[in-house]
Amino acid sequence: MDLTVEATKIGEVIEASTGKFTAQCYQLNQAPPLGSLVKVGSMPSEIFAVVYNIENHSLELGRRPIARGESEETEEGIFRANPQLSKLLCTDFNALVLGHRQADDIAHWLPPKPAYIHNFVYTCSSDEVRDFTQSLHFLSLLVAANLPTPVEEITAACLRYSSQAHDDPHAFLVKAGKELATLLSGDLKRLNSILKKL
Amino acid sequence: MEEEKNLGVVVSGSLNKGLEVKLDAATSVEDISVGSYVTIEGGKRRFFGMITDISLEATDNQIIHSPPDISNPLIAEVIAGTATYGKLHILPTLTIGGGATEILEGPQPVKSLPGHFSPVRRASPRDIELVFGKEDEKQFWVGTPLDMETKICLNLAEFVKRSNGVFGKSGTGKTFLTRLLLIGILQKRQAVSLVFDMHNEYGWEGGSEKGYKVKGLKQLFPSQVAIFSLDEEGSKRRRVSTDFIVRIGYDEIEPEDIQLLCQTLNLTDASVQAAYQLAHEFGDRQWLETTLSIKDKEETKELLSRLNIHESTYRNLRRGLEMLRRLPFLVPKSPDNPVQRILEYLDRGINVILEFGRYEDFTAYILVANLLTRRIHAQYRERKERALGEDTTPPRPLVITIEEAHRFLNPQLSNQTIFGIIAREMRKYNVTLLTVDQRPSGIDAEVMSQLGTKITCLLDNEQDIDSVLSGASGKSELKTVLSRLETKQQALVFGHAVPMPVPIKVREYGTDYRQFGQVDLSAVVSEAQQSQEAEDLWAD
Ligand SMILES: Nc1ncnc2c1ncn2[C@@H]1O[C@H](COP(=O)(O)OP(=O)(O)O)[C@@H](O)[C@H]1O
Ligand SMILES: [Mg+2]
Repeated sequence: MDLTVEATKIGEVIEASTGKFTAQCYQLNQAPPLGSLVKVGSMPSEIFAVVYNIENHSLELGRRPIARGESEETEEGIFRANPQLSKLLCTDFNALVLGHRQADDIAHWLPPKPAYIHNFVYTCSSDEVRDFTQSLHFLSLLVAANLPTPVEEITAACLRYSSQAHDDPHAFLVKAGKELATLLSGDLKRLNSILKKL
Repeated sequence: MEEEKNLGVVVSGSLNKGLEVKLDAATSVEDISVGSYVTIEGGKRRFFGMITDISLEATDNQIIHSPPDISNPLIAEVIAGTATYGKLHILPTLTIGGGATEILEGPQPVKSLPGHFSPVRRASPRDIELVFGKEDEKQFWVGTPLDMETKICLNLAEFVKRSNGVFGKSGTGKTFLTRLLLIGILQKRQAVSLVFDMHNEYGWEGGSEKGYKVKGLKQLFPSQVAIFSLDEEGSKRRRVSTDFIVRIGYDEIEPEDIQLLCQTLNLTDASVQAAYQLAHEFGDRQWLETTLSIKDKEETKELLSRLNIHESTYRNLRRGLEMLRRLPFLVPKSPDNPVQRILEYLDRGINVILEFGRYEDFTAYILVANLLTRRIHAQYRERKERALGEDTTPPRPLVITIEEAHRFLNPQLSNQTIFGIIAREMRKYNVTLLTVDQRPSGIDAEVMSQLGTKITCLLDNEQDIDSVLSGASGKSELKTVLSRLETKQQALVFGHAVPMPVPIKVREYGTDYRQFGQVDLSAVVSEAQQSQEAEDLWAD
């Protein structure tokens, strides 16, 4: 899950609310990694979010793919033999909104409006990741979220991922850990389960 | 000025109970010790205080039941100072700087508190100096804070105004400390001293447990100290240059002295009573000699029936008096008047140290200290009263040092002995006490409460600790500090002569006397040599 130098366009918003959105990827199986930061829209109003769930499924609701590779040597062979398949399957991911850009400043609170349907979604460049995680206030939105995937997993993944954008990843993790310790001061179990994964 | 590092911030507290300070994650609890000084930067003024307790805290008590995996260095680092943190308890005592009064009059007692989250720092040497002052004509350097090299001074002008106490269990450094205080009193000339030196440690030389000898006052200040001795032979043997050999005449001994000795001489109440009766019969100055000279059985019988003294009572008393008779410094008629001699020296500003030589038992000590002090006090009293009436100069302030003070000042005796009177009357007649004791709980509580400044080394008996600290503000905090002192050469000082309670490492004594203004001849010589050698470097 390496950081990219450039922000890369990867898909489009297909469903959005104030706190979350779902995006569809242009390429099958090419979702950004769990816990990575993505952004929606373009300057000056961008929304930042963390990937918390990824799904690969068939495009037509209710139609389940069937197993086709019994006579194939490799998995790629299945796609070569059935070129229409990649048009019938797709990759979606869900992201939790952690902040947005107001003029030049990064705000670690919810944007006034949700993302629009068909807004482009980009991975963040490593500079953007560093800027966004310079202050750790976004962690309060993250640990308070109610998600279908365990929040501790997402938090740990997000911090591991973001730490690579900082000059001293260890110091970043310690600082983030301390912020978490304050946020979760009454809930040591959760704190512990995050820290263990860093 | 060098800024000290932040230790943490104030999180709660009260004027009564002190402040709670949350340690910053960057400060390790292990670097903090009880008794250290801190300053607290309030919004309007700076506060000065002492760390009196340190505790380990956790935001969630669960952590005690399921401790985090601190073998993971990241977790250990994160947890320190957040989920778990150190807490300091601080007793704020003074405000320094800031307000106009502090600038004009120096540190003031605290009447307010610093606000929430005021930063707390270690006190800098300058802060300490601001609070405890610099060495000067009144301020005597007694030691350093436990964790710094700055000087802590005692205001000797204040010190000698009241009776004071030096406490600590055996071997903690009372004698070394007392010797220092005596030097301070001598050097700052705030009073003149009379020392009842039971173990011959102050006058000529004392011993250190480390095996070497240390100089006594006479060796350091020969012209300002006189050694009186009760034991001529002993002093000669120890090659002490004595100024006067004390002999005490029977006529000096009063029934009151016998009363004080009732424990050491094993006398019953009735025999003490009998001594008073005999004194009444034969006169205060004659009774002892007369009683001791009665040999005739008939005569004795006649006397006893006349005074209505029981035979067994008389035997008990007589046996006690015979023990006194065996003390060689007691003579029927003294060739000289020791009280007068002592006063002559004191009047000239010369400190008198009375060595007991080989008479290190309590009988001799109690008898002599009490007897001489009573007479000297009477003279002081008379002169002071005369000075008030006739406008003559009052006698020079006198500090009398006694060891084993509980022998004189226990609740049974303190109302009767001259020492009890002196301790209670403060400086009315220009006489105060410096009491040295290892069992302060044996001293009358009322006397303890009159002591102006108490300097206590380590004590481990609960009653002793309570008796020393009774009446001190912040008692429970001071108790923690006191119980954490090292077993030697550390002491807690509190009372009139210091602006706030202060634990100190007592100034080192016995290795370098130059700091007491003593010229070390070898140093002078080598300096002269050096400058000569330097001269030689240049060709003429
Ligand atoms: N200020 C000091 N300087 C040097 N040594 C000291 C000092 N205070 C105590 N000591 C050491 O501790 C020993 C015991 O001290 P002492 O004053 O004799 O104790 P105490 O009178 O309380 O029984 C001394 O012999 C000496 O070695
Ligand atoms: Mg001693």
